[in-house]
Amino acid sequence: MNALTYFLQRATALLLAPFVLVHLGLIIYAVRGGLSAGEILARTRGSAGWAVFYGLFVVLVAIHAAIGLRTIADEWTPLTGRRLDLVSAVAGVGLLWLGLRAVIAVTAV
Amino acid sequence: MNLHMLQVELWRGDATGVYRAYDVPSQTNQTVLDIVTWVQRHIDSTLAYRFACRVGMCGSCAMTVNGRPRWTCRTHVAKVVDNGQLRIGPLENLPVIRDLVTDMSNFFDKWQRAGGRFESTRTRRDPIATLSPARPERRAADGAIECINCGVCYAACDVVRWRPKYLGPAALNRAWAAYNDTRASNRRSILSAVTGDAGCHSCHTQQSCFEHCPVDLNPAAAIAGLKRASLFTWLTGRSPR
Repeated sequence: MNALTYFLQRATALLLAPFVLVHLGLIIYAVRGGLSAGEILARTRGSAGWAVFYGLFVVLVAIHAAIGLRTIADEWTPLTGRRLDLVSAVAGVGLLWLGLRAVIAVTAV
Repeated sequence: MNLHMLQVELWRGDATGVYRAYDVPSQTNQTVLDIVTWVQRHIDSTLAYRFACRVGMCGSCAMTVNGRPRWTCRTHVAKVVDNGQLRIGPLENLPVIRDLVTDMSNFFDKWQRAGGRFESTRTRRDPIATLSPARPERRAADGAIECINCGVCYAACDVVRWRPKYLGPAALNRAWAAYNDTRASNRRSILSAVTGDAGCHSCHTQQSCFEHCPVDLNPAAAIAGLKRASLFTWLTGRSPR
């Protein structure tokens, strides 16, 4: 970890806190009267607000988790140097792809 | 004479060694170092261990006592004995040479790699630099300069265990002291030396170093200071004063 990744991990953690709280609050609100896919999609489809909210959420998670996974891989596997960077990049891009794909799926009209 | 006996286990051999049991007479005001010395003088003169000052000044007698790294000269048996038993081994995270003696060369090499050397901005022809004890930088280094290199924090650090190249709390603590010396010309290079996978950003702030330091220094706080300084320098692009 260097000063840049240290900063990015702390900054994304700071920003993720309100996103997680809103997300948890939304879950509690959404399941009040039972939960169905139709109900969720009715709320999210065509919603620019939720698209931006969860889009940003996914970007922050991808950055934060990729840096954290690099640290775990450094401490618990024999990987070093460029291989660690590669593992971190693959994890970050993978999370970004999976997350944005899900956001697009539930918010696109 | 009816002496109460302590059951003492001492590590014998190199890294592949074993703990061997010895019966040692218990005495009042007995330190763990007294125990080791008694075994060496009365049972087995080939027992290898290090000590020098016996009064907590030199930092050479640190060992693992009932699972915790400690100065043996300043640890009373009564404080650590567990059901009349003591298990004394070499410090963790360092290669064992023999018995209770570890190879500390990597520990000291890391001090060098952390860049904690003083490089002056002045020559011998310049007047002696004054350094006010009230300066914030000098106060920040107050604790860090008291370290006597005993290796207890290094042995207690989980990050050193998981990541052998990690510089460790002692070397980073020294780097923090050197970084706060406003007479130094190498403050920026110290920050470069402690940044990276082996450096300050790898610390998880578990504070085992603080928990185990025999003189209550807080290397975790020094490491946090290095993190702040490197982040500030990176964000602003400004060199330290």
